[in-house]
Amino acid sequence: MLKIENLHAEVETADGPKAILNGLTLEVGAGEVHAIMGPNGAGKSTLAYALGGRPGYEITQGSVTFDGQDLLAMEPHERAAAGFFLGFQYPVEIPGVSNVQFLREAANAQRKTRGQEPLSGGEFLKLAREKAALLRMDMDMLKRPVNVGFSGGEKKRNEMVQMGILDPKFAVLDETDSGLDIDALRIVGEGINAIMRGADKGVLLITHYQRLLDYVKPDKVHILAKGRIVKTGGPELALELEREGYADVEAA
Amino acid sequence: MSEAATLLPTTRDEDWRYAEPAALATLAAPDLAAWDEMVVAPGESLTRECVLDAGHSGVRRLRLTLGAGAKAAIFALASADSYTRLEVEVTLGDGAHFEFGGVTIGGGEHVREFVTRCIHAAPNATSNQVVRAVHWGRATGNFLGRIEVARDAQKTDAGQNFRAILLEKGASANTKPELEIFADDVKCAHGAAIGALDRTAGFYMAARGLPPEIVRKLQVQAFIADAFENAEPEMGEALLDRALGVLEGAAL
Repeated sequence: MLKIENLHAEVETADGPKAILNGLTLEVGAGEVHAIMGPNGAGKSTLAYALGGRPGYEITQGSVTFDGQDLLAMEPHERAAAGFFLGFQYPVEIPGVSNVQFLREAANAQRKTRGQEPLSGGEFLKLAREKAALLRMDMDMLKRPVNVGFSGGEKKRNEMVQMGILDPKFAVLDETDSGLDIDALRIVGEGINAIMRGADKGVLLITHYQRLLDYVKPDKVHILAKGRIVKTGGPELALELEREGYADVEAA
Repeated sequence: MSEAATLLPTTRDEDWRYAEPAALATLAAPDLAAWDEMVVAPGESLTRECVLDAGHSGVRRLRLTLGAGAKAAIFALASADSYTRLEVEVTLGDGAHFEFGGVTIGGGEHVREFVTRCIHAAPNATSNQVVRAVHWGRATGNFLGRIEVARDAQKTDAGQNFRAILLEKGASANTKPELEIFADDVKCAHGAAIGALDRTAGFYMAARGLPPEIVRKLQVQAFIADAFENAEPEMGEALLDRALGVLEGAAL
């Protein structure tokens, strides 16, 4: 479903472009959940941003095929409309624009790109209410400006409400578990399962910790170090890392 | 040189320094002598909307006199496709409040500007001015705000805030706060910032499926909303819609 081959990417810095991804290869099949773990600076967030098409993240080599299409040839908003969702590590605050307006515009922009009729106000609110309830988010928060005054955990839950409303085929979730307390972690984990488990869907979880994987059981766990996948295994690999740390893989 | 011509302002005049020289030469002297005078009786309140759009360009001048405890609010939009200037002169009585919210928006070659003079003539009066400018092409947005606090106008609380966003290189913005304070127990705050649209927020919106023109609209909406925040919701939303309508027609 998502096939990344020999991906090389550079990030713009004050000292000029810096190579972060150095030949990353990875394939997530339909119906699968994969996790990527790795030490700080390994390139986890760079991978997420490169897949999302963030300006300043340049692909210098390699390819990414999403559902048979060349993902890298698409503009960021076209990737979203094609069913690619990026959950942000640091969701952005947008004062003056309510969650409801933002998400309705987003959902309808995606539908328009796909040649579908827009959702009416009533249809959209029904959908939003349903997904907010799934993530135990108060509907009043959806009426407030996007992420403004939200705690770290509320922002992450809001990312998942957005994912629920937009209903993507594939989600890359960049440290969605960081900043969550134990209860919120369980709610978010169950939300990911409810929204993204399906024979025609896929998830790539980027995380530092094994905890989230107790709720969202991965089919495969990859270890990213120095911009490449250095080891792949089953869920037991995450437990092993939690016990022993990254020292061994970094030495490899 | 005829006598009428010598009465016309030029950009050598401090209050007209950022105006459009070619447009000044076409002004008629009688227009400049005309003030819209309004008196708000003690304890009364007045709200005015002032739109300087295609149908109402040129120079407009409002003079307000507020009695003790009176309140006045002016919400203005300068969006005409020609030189446009709104001048507001307010004299505040004891405990009066003046609120000004203004947006200059537009492209082309023209200057759109607000010039306010806020005279705190008596104690305990408050004033709050919020101006936002959004320009592209070779257009200019200006805010010249003068606050005068008379010798016995103790406990004055006067604030003004100006922020500008330039959507293209070539557009510009100017601001000149001027404080003339003769009392000692007063609060006068002013702030100004000129920048571009936030790229991180722009990418966040694109990642949710919003195409560039809607991203820009939402970002500008979020930016200018502050200026109309203290208006009645109906008036604020109508002004916001008119301002965003100018952006919709823009070739960016």
